[in-house]
Amino acid sequence: MKGHITCTICPVGCRISVKKDGNEYVIEGNKCARGKQYAIDELINPTRILTTSIKVNGGACELASVRTSGPIELSIIREKMKEIKQISVDAPVSVGQVIVKDIDGKGVSLVATREVPQHTTGR
Amino acid sequence: MQIVVIGGGICGSLILRKLSTLRNVSAVLVEAKCDLGQGVTKANSAIVHGGYDDPHGTVRAPLCVKGNALFTDLCEELNVPFKRTGSLVVARDNPDEIKQLQELLENGEKNGARGLRIIDKDELRKIEPNLSKDYEHALHCSSAGITEPWMIAIAAANIARMNGARVITGDPVTGCNISDGCVEDIILESGTRIPADCVINATGVHYNEVASIFGVVTPTVKLRKGQYILLDKLAGGMIRSIIFPTPSEEGKGKLVLPTVDRGVLLGPTSEKLDSYTPDDVATSDKGLRDVMNAADSLVPGISRNNWIIKSFAGLRPDTDERDFFIKADDRVKNFITVGAIRSPGLTAAPAIAELVVDEMIPQILEFSAEPKDRIVTRLPKTEKINELPFKEIARMIDDDPLHGKIVCQCNEVSEREIINAIREGARTIDGVKFRTRAGFGRCQGSFCGWRIAQILSRELGTELSEVKLNEKNTWILNGKVRP
Amino acid sequence: MKNTKTDVLVVGGGAGGMAAAVSAAKEGAHVILLEREDAVGGVLNQCIHNGFGLQFYQQELTGPEFSHKLEYELRERDVHVVCGSYVRHIDFSSNSAYVISPSGGEKITAGAIVIATGARERPFGALLIPGDRPAGIFPAGLAQRYVNLENHLPGNRALILGSGDIGLIMARRLTLEGMEVVAVVERMPYPGGLTRNVVQCLEDFGIPLLLSNTVTSVRGNGRLKSVEVSEVDEQFNPISGKARSFEVDTLVLSAGLIPQVEDYVRDLDTDPVNKGLSVSNTCETSARGIFAAGNNVAVFDLVDYVAAEGWIAGRHAAFHALGNAGQSQRIPVVRKGMVGVLVPNMVDPNEHLRIYLRLKAPMDKGKVIVRELEIEKDFVYGVPSEMLQLVVNKDKLDKIRDLERLTVEVLS
Repeated sequence: MKGHITCTICPVGCRISVKKDGNEYVIEGNKCARGKQYAIDELINPTRILTTSIKVNGGACELASVRTSGPIELSIIREKMKEIKQISVDAPVSVGQVIVKDIDGKGVSLVATREVPQHTTGR
Repeated sequence: MQIVVIGGGICGSLILRKLSTLRNVSAVLVEAKCDLGQGVTKANSAIVHGGYDDPHGTVRAPLCVKGNALFTDLCEELNVPFKRTGSLVVARDNPDEIKQLQELLENGEKNGARGLRIIDKDELRKIEPNLSKDYEHALHCSSAGITEPWMIAIAAANIARMNGARVITGDPVTGCNISDGCVEDIILESGTRIPADCVINATGVHYNEVASIFGVVTPTVKLRKGQYILLDKLAGGMIRSIIFPTPSEEGKGKLVLPTVDRGVLLGPTSEKLDSYTPDDVATSDKGLRDVMNAADSLVPGISRNNWIIKSFAGLRPDTDERDFFIKADDRVKNFITVGAIRSPGLTAAPAIAELVVDEMIPQILEFSAEPKDRIVTRLPKTEKINELPFKEIARMIDDDPLHGKIVCQCNEVSEREIINAIREGARTIDGVKFRTRAGFGRCQGSFCGWRIAQILSRELGTELSEVKLNEKNTWILNGKVRP
Repeated sequence: MKNTKTDVLVVGGGAGGMAAAVSAAKEGAHVILLEREDAVGGVLNQCIHNGFGLQFYQQELTGPEFSHKLEYELRERDVHVVCGSYVRHIDFSSNSAYVISPSGGEKITAGAIVIATGARERPFGALLIPGDRPAGIFPAGLAQRYVNLENHLPGNRALILGSGDIGLIMARRLTLEGMEVVAVVERMPYPGGLTRNVVQCLEDFGIPLLLSNTVTSVRGNGRLKSVEVSEVDEQFNPISGKARSFEVDTLVLSAGLIPQVEDYVRDLDTDPVNKGLSVSNTCETSARGIFAAGNNVAVFDLVDYVAAEGWIAGRHAAFHALGNAGQSQRIPVVRKGMVGVLVPNMVDPNEHLRIYLRLKAPMDKGKVIVRELEIEKDFVYGVPSEMLQLVVNKDKLDKIRDLERLTVEVLS
């Protein structure tokens, strides 16, 4: 297996190549040691924190911003976006409220990051 | 008697206003665009000219001088800003340019222009300390001024409607019925048929096109594009008059002038279009650079980057004769074209309205100039929050809290002012912008744009995604992120 | 018309203003915080992505979460927050602000004022891009507002001009919500935002980054139809023959931020490079008792810095208002070498010195030198988009008390 990644640990953004040679990884292109592990992790299993919006029913705002509580696999992001687009939550919504427990099957939840009080009439 | 005005620019609207005051006249205006004053009327220098530049003997010369004199009362009645800032045609110390000033002075005096004087270097420096020291002589005209042209069209149409006139927008004329050398009715794109005893063609750059729908031949329009750059209020402190270079073959030249809301306008270029492309209001790299260079030669340093807010272009309809074409047709006898209204069209507009309604129409139709019983001649005087002292605003808020909700910070426009504009006819973002100046300031709507859209959707009872920028196909937003 | 007195008045309820208000209240001042929107938070409310708070809160937060924490502290410390208020005018001779809100006109006189009015986006009009004036052109922040708060997409197919962080963030956001982002176009030969954002916003989604390119015209009669993009030379002039057209209905602009200081230029000094209000390390401006922090001083890259500066501003505003301000000194700071944006512009040796600077151009390696303090800090791989920070304890500042200036220099 092999590939290239751009390291994001510092502004240089080294373009690092990773090759698997038997049981070892051959890393080239990193200008410092931190890039080495980053490159391996990023190539084998890149993960990202997903931030997006969820529909709120009866809220002062139609949307609540949400985040994954930790990084999830980059490869499942599009699928998770599809799921998130289908669901909604009722107001009020509080910061930190769990919207979807264990969204990735590995213990990461989707939590609200914006407080949305209930919609009051006569806005 | 039903008189139909085609074209809701400044000429058409002022004509409509006069017609709307007459007994036995039913006045109708049809405008192709979705709002009034959005063609030539909104994309010019907004100058009320002194009348010294039009060659003596042209049609436009006396109309300009007459219009200039009518402007104070006109703007007072319509509650539109008009400031007689004075203008300067500045010349370097060379015999050719000095001679030009003298010629303009003489021509102006022949035309009856008022307030003309040639001034010397000292007085010039006093009036305009930031003018380039290259210029040592100037023709000063105290009767020249600046205004807000689209507001004249909008306000005039508002008064006309109050007097019972009918205004149709967003519906171009596509056909007509003519019988015995007279127009019987006009047909709009929507299929609406409007009977007409007399038709006025006041359609800006489209006068040829529209005339030909009626089988009327008019002098071929030669379009000229003018590109402009608008500067922030911070630039306003650098000049007080309208500053012209000495004129050239192409026209009055690229100017530096104040705007009524204390900004500065630079331009225009004067570019002949090779063919009839009335929708081409694109700016160009070269045009904008020429405008900036010309401005800097008049007022060094004025076109600095931080002050530039926007650029735009407008078209002017001209002819080879370089004069207005205001005539009733020989063959279609009840069709009057108000055509080739190039510079000084804005200034001449009130005089043109008098000419058409008081002199030309009576030669075609038998009507009495008797006014209706109850007519509105002036709009109530309202002042913009932006122009009021703090204590006065505080008082207004006590009566109306929505005056305390400032939506456009750059120009201090309250939610109440925006709601009023919508109730008076604004249907789009530009409709609100042109009536209130919300979104016209230095942030160009980057902070308040969404709020103006929201207020429009609320007041008009439509979805946010149905709000338009100006014309029919100018949608702003797509569907919902989370439907 | 109401007449109100307070110790500290803070104008602007974004990150800088909120931090200033909390900090001033902590020092015992009575604080009024004025915010023009309906809620505090400023742009944090719409920056729903993460990357905030690593320094200020030692946590990685999204914008709304960062704002939420400051809001909590505002409540805890009884800061009087007034939303929907517009400051029409500040009279610096009497430290009074004339404020308009739906409840009326109010004159607020304060012992000290903190101005935290942030920055605005450079609008399309200021770019002088030739062509038509169709609908469909959005400054990135406005597009972000529509997508993240007003629940509407700006279009179907977009091109983004400018690779600053907001442009990169929006490239990802629009893509996640189903729009097609055809490219991000950047006139410099290097990206304007963090590398992390180039990877996580563009590379993750296969969005091309066209460096040394810019938009040379926009076309559309009504709604945007296409934009022309061309490669440019070092003076940003289009290179002939290197143009191409993209059919898009949406153009998102990330063309830079402008500190909002126009209302104050007559009364307060500004720095010509930062384009914002000149301040000392106590965040005091050229006028006594008037403080400023955040993007109206200089465009910062991290909200953490803005909050930290706001914190200092609030503290010193409180000192001033409560009569506890010491004798202040203002030693001018001078730039040398590759120093671009630099904060502060003056130094008071009685307060810690936090220097923030941006390089004029990318540098593989270099050092920041403050000669008079005998301080040198090396760095590698510096880029203008990432500020360098230097903190000097006030103990070390005694030796500069009698100096005429302080020099901050960057050499390679």
